[in-house]
Amino acid sequence: MTPPLSTADDATRQAEFEARIARGESIEPKDWMPEKYRRQLVRMMSQHAHSEIVGMLPEGNWITRAPSLRRKMSLLAKVQDEAGHGLYIYCGTETLGVDRQELVDQLLAGTAKYSSIFNYPTLTWADIGAIGWLVDGAAIVNQTMLAKASYGPYARAMVRICKEENFHKRQGYEIMVTLARGTPAQKAMAQDALDRWWWPSLMMFGPHDKDSPNSDELLKWGVKKKSNDELRQRFVNLTIAQAKAIDLTIPDPELRYDEASGNWIFGAIDWDEFWRVVKGDGPCNRERLAARRKAHADGEWVRAAATAYAAKRAARDAGAAA
Amino acid sequence: MSQMTDSQWPLWEVFTQPGGGRPHEHAGSVHAVDAEHALQNARDVYGRRGEAVNIWVVPSAAICASTPEDMGPFFDPGNEKAYRHPQFYKVPQGVRVF
Repeated sequence: MTPPLSTADDATRQAEFEARIARGESIEPKDWMPEKYRRQLVRMMSQHAHSEIVGMLPEGNWITRAPSLRRKMSLLAKVQDEAGHGLYIYCGTETLGVDRQELVDQLLAGTAKYSSIFNYPTLTWADIGAIGWLVDGAAIVNQTMLAKASYGPYARAMVRICKEENFHKRQGYEIMVTLARGTPAQKAMAQDALDRWWWPSLMMFGPHDKDSPNSDELLKWGVKKKSNDELRQRFVNLTIAQAKAIDLTIPDPELRYDEASGNWIFGAIDWDEFWRVVKGDGPCNRERLAARRKAHADGEWVRAAATAYAAKRAARDAGAAA
Repeated sequence: MSQMTDSQWPLWEVFTQPGGGRPHEHAGSVHAVDAEHALQNARDVYGRRGEAVNIWVVPSAAICASTPEDMGPFFDPGNEKAYRHPQFYKVPQGVRVF
């Protein structure tokens, strides 16, 4: 019943493929690739695309209540960028022979995964600052690495995204700076946002290397160039100085600088919380999905109108030609 | 209106020309009902920061591409003709600039 796992032909092609990865070559859509490589990419890229789309929701929540026109324009532009990022990555995933419709259906059906961070609520305006600073900051660390991924379309989408994320991080940090230098109440609001977003941001890099089931394969095939723990450490090292500069306190009593390694050593991450949120029991999992479904259903008339308009124009053009 | 089964429309490949007279380059793809819609979507997705002065959209199905399998023989005629490259020709010592 089980076909032979690998014919001599497949073994040769697999060896050639791995040699290409070892030489640092870019794999393109029509190139031969192991089925596992394709599946890992579809899994990772679709989760990434979904995260961009769901990521619009916590921030969209504050567009109407942004404290000034300048902040509102920035936030609108940022949320529009996130939609664009979702489209870049869906488009990259489609080069692997997946239809976007399938992916959208999986997201709406609740069977697709996306970054857990977006299942936390945005309770105050400072949360918009913390998201830009920490969540986009963490995303930049991750995506800068992915811009060198072995799969060409994914890497190229990441290059485009990285250029735009810097604006996101800066607008977020500027909000934090302004609040941290404001009234005591404003500063407390900034600190509260940091307290709530710090640990979920560290969790964004995924489980520790020893507990990450997909890491070995992704590293072996050059989809990822650095491990979850390496990236997490890099993010912490970069961020501490930014918190100090605006006199905010990282909510980790065990945090200390290690001279020997040059790293900031942080306390234990609550992985129970991480898995709880991944498995659907975060503060906003249901709300996010409901909002996404409503947005999709509300957009139905726009899609119907565009389709009808295109059909009418095609008919008119055909009539004119006759 | 009946429920549409596919909300995604046909796929179009997008080529953008950056300023400065550079050639069009593949940017990615968009889904759209027709060419005009594809151009608008391409502008919104691939040109939000003035990255393009001109955009082409082409139905993805209309693109013909060489395949990785025939890469060797297909490009052979070019690869065999080393004399097309300037390095093929020897220049006497002492001549630095042409």
